[in-house]
Amino acid sequence: MQTGNLLLLLVVMVAGAYFVGLRRSYALARPLGGIRHLHSLPFYFAMRSAMWCAIPALVVLGLWLAFDDSIIRQQVLAGLPAELQPTDASSYNLTLSKIQNVASGALPVGFVEPPIAAAAENLQSLRQTSAMAMTVVIIVLCMFGGAWAWLKVSPQLRARQQVERVLQTLFMLCATVAILTTVGIVLSVLFESIRFFGKVPVTDFLFGLQWSPQTALRADQVASGGAFGAVPLFMGTMLISAIALLVAVPVGLMSAIYLAEYASNRVRTVAKPALEVLAGVPTVVYGFFAALTVAPFIRGMGESIGLNVASESALAAGLVMGIMIIPFVSSLADDVITAVPQAMRDGSLGLGATKSETIKKVIFPAALPGIMGGILLAASRAIGETMIVVMAAGLAANLTANPLEAVTTITVQIVTLLTGDQEFDSAKTLAAFALGLMLFITTLVMNIFALHIVKKYREQYD
Amino acid sequence: METAQQLDKPSLGNNDAAKDKAINERDAMTQDTPYPDQTVGKPFVDNPKMRLRDVEVFYADNQAIHGVSLDIGKNEVVSLIGPSGCGKSTFLRCLNRMNDTIDICRVKGDLHLEGQDLYDPKLDVVELRARVGMVFQKPNPFPKSIYDNVAYGPRIHGLANKKYDLDEIVENSLRKAGLWDEVKDRLHASGTGLSGGQQQRLCIARTIAVSPEVVLMDEPCSALDPIATAKIEELISELSESYTIAIVTHSMQQAARVSHRTAYFHLGRLVEMNDTETVFTKPEHDLTEAYITGRFG
Repeated sequence: MQTGNLLLLLVVMVAGAYFVGLRRSYALARPLGGIRHLHSLPFYFAMRSAMWCAIPALVVLGLWLAFDDSIIRQQVLAGLPAELQPTDASSYNLTLSKIQNVASGALPVGFVEPPIAAAAENLQSLRQTSAMAMTVVIIVLCMFGGAWAWLKVSPQLRARQQVERVLQTLFMLCATVAILTTVGIVLSVLFESIRFFGKVPVTDFLFGLQWSPQTALRADQVASGGAFGAVPLFMGTMLISAIALLVAVPVGLMSAIYLAEYASNRVRTVAKPALEVLAGVPTVVYGFFAALTVAPFIRGMGESIGLNVASESALAAGLVMGIMIIPFVSSLADDVITAVPQAMRDGSLGLGATKSETIKKVIFPAALPGIMGGILLAASRAIGETMIVVMAAGLAANLTANPLEAVTTITVQIVTLLTGDQEFDSAKTLAAFALGLMLFITTLVMNIFALHIVKKYREQYD
Repeated sequence: METAQQLDKPSLGNNDAAKDKAINERDAMTQDTPYPDQTVGKPFVDNPKMRLRDVEVFYADNQAIHGVSLDIGKNEVVSLIGPSGCGKSTFLRCLNRMNDTIDICRVKGDLHLEGQDLYDPKLDVVELRARVGMVFQKPNPFPKSIYDNVAYGPRIHGLANKKYDLDEIVENSLRKAGLWDEVKDRLHASGTGLSGGQQQRLCIARTIAVSPEVVLMDEPCSALDPIATAKIEELISELSESYTIAIVTHSMQQAARVSHRTAYFHLGRLVEMNDTETVFTKPEHDLTEAYITGRFG
């Protein structure tokens, strides 16, 4: 039976186990005088039956599917005569794909050596046997599980606790998946970075002032050394992020103050979600807005007052990115300002302070730690942002603080290093991992810092 | 609007029959005893500091205060008592227009502070609140240093030109609030780090630092322990030498101890107002008597 059909059958059986468990618990309860004489509600007995039916079967199914293919392959290859035995990894893959192609019918039997054809037949039959055995084992497991659960149902059975424990384990497993993924990503980036630092010294990377990784591949060229100084990239990232924050922080904060302190409820219910829509616009849309609208506009403006503006400028990217992160600042700031107790406002107003004095001298300082947290989160977002910069700020790794010139950022360089056909062991591609690691560390530190500040703030009023 | 039936049960004996009887009596009392057409006692004084006539307050369509008229005399401590929800805090908050911060709240009537109409559209609310200060139920020091808390008002009103003047105002205010000796060595520590009673005295110091003429206190001791309460009460008596004070309180003992005159509010109406001694020894109205003898509240 195919795996999909088997799963379907499994679902039916589990549902059956559920209802059988339910009926049995009701049947047990009736002579005792109602379900309140059972330890748990019938629902829990039913759930317990369903779990007993499903979980062992699913675990075995998962293991089977994970390992049966490799075991079968081993068997098939072991059956080949000595002269056809693969010697290295590539011939192993070649032989195997040959056998598989014959087995699936893509390659006619006459084209290959007889032992291969025999192996293909062997493969076919082993697979069939495996599928058959799997079906039988799963169905039997299901039935045994269900029957076991059915037999164990008794008024004293602590079904509720058992179901709770299973659910708890399930939640824990889901959380573990997310954490393990993060750990995996970090480790892979870390190991690749270590390889990179084996080729390029850490100091060159961290303190070098020139970035031109493209030359590294062409050994025959004059400038074949390649330069992996990340300083221009950090400068570009900082420049664009700084411009973005210069836009987002004042605008975001003031709109938050307006929304929290001045706006009527009706304005607030419309304006707040409208502002948050900004965060939902895909960054690629911001990117072409920056490249096609804002950058030419800035260029035109600059030229009209006699400034030389690059057609791709840090300013354009920074401005648009600033608009993108306004909601990060305003939404968080709005929350913390609203969280300042009314007693603070009353106290200040009661002393004869005006509304703006109250905001400036009492509410803002009280909310400042939370606002800082919001700004740092926005900054992390700005540093990690890629699409807008790719489209609007260019690829030229200029070491400059002039916002009218083209600059590039860490994220953009990672994109350009890894797109297209690449060898994955050259310094050029490995540099992307080193950059990624730097970026990760930077944003991680900022996020930890931000969370720490937000947490400290919370303790103040609770 | 809240009715007396929903309020906390009065403290009675454990005897169920006695309890039922008392509750029935109370219900009968609140339902049957009519409000006086006019406030009984002596709500008015000669040459008052605050002259309040026919005050009505509405929350949207809900009337919270029904035609309250009373005077608050100079350097007098007036206490407002009454069961929860009777409108005494709402009334107090009209006196420096703190109700303005509530959108749905409307105030009608003649409210005057020494001839100045409080609800005159031309009146500067900021200036009014500097003249009529307020101390709140829960101590609400700003999350700033003790010094900055007290200096807050003088700074926004420009009361001190030099650092020296400001230091003096802060010290005087803290002395008047009886807090100076406890905090003089840590003026730059956070005000939120003080104990509850100290925080409340800090709030009082903060209020008197702008030299108000009237100080409104909205249950200033309800969040404090008995010792801190005693200190605040002592302080109120001292302050009454230089300020006019209106205090809302749930404690009848407190009203009896600190105030010169007492006003009894019931469901948004001023039932009785008289010298504190008279109110507590010879109440004229049945509702007042029922409240102060603890038959409901």
